[in-house]
Amino acid sequence: MANASVATAFAALADPTRRQIFERLAQRTRSVGELAAGLPVTRPAVSQHLRVLAEAGLVAHERDGARRVYRIDPRGLEAMRAYLDRFWDRALAAFKAAVEGE
Amino acid sequence: MSSVPPVRKELVVAATAERAFQVFTDGIDRWWPRQHHIGSSPLKRAVIEPGVGGRWYGLSEDGTECLVGKVLAWEPPHRLVLAWQITSDWKYDPAFVTEVEVTFTAEGPRTTRVVLEHRDLHRYGLAEPGYRKSIDSPTGGWGFILQSYARSAGAE
Repeated sequence: MANASVATAFAALADPTRRQIFERLAQRTRSVGELAAGLPVTRPAVSQHLRVLAEAGLVAHERDGARRVYRIDPRGLEAMRAYLDRFWDRALAAFKAAVEGE
Repeated sequence: MSSVPPVRKELVVAATAERAFQVFTDGIDRWWPRQHHIGSSPLKRAVIEPGVGGRWYGLSEDGTECLVGKVLAWEPPHRLVLAWQITSDWKYDPAFVTEVEVTFTAEGPRTTRVVLEHRDLHRYGLAEPGYRKSIDSPTGGWGFILQSYARSAGAE
């Protein structure tokens, strides 16, 4: 897993509005219009946030007739999880060495 | 919505539970990854303050404290729960909490099973109702630590 993808996911979720969008999509799939209706931002702004989230691998969309329906893409978070997974492998190996070192 | 499973690690160390707990907490500076620091303030010392509410932080060489989180449960020598509060902008955020639970179970006179679970990882993306807790603490970045993680992970 590229570290760049983790950094991208972190950066994408740094924005509070994007976190709100992500949260709403975690509840259920929604269209841009539905997202904009519940947030104090314009529809084009929502679209822009969705683009950033999609580029980070955090959301994806499907076609439902003429409209796009957005949903969570767990791959972005899986990258973060994989990153922490490797971190703890390394940290605990060092911990074991420290515990057994004396 | 697929959930994000916790990171779970299990290892056996040749030491008493007391010692394992002590090295994990008081001795964190001896094992906390610190390779490849960037910028002008490398990590000087990693600290977990004892007791519930104790701060978990890194002290950088320029004197800045970079918070990681705090102690949520302190039950030596058997159990420790830490709040890991690094959010999406690479900084400590008192409103963001993921949990790291570590248990130390004696399996022999000098054998201890250590189980670590880093959970609530979905919170990196999902602001679930109730997860935002008010925690009194100054904000402080510790991006350099995470970047160190990234480099460490990348080096493997």
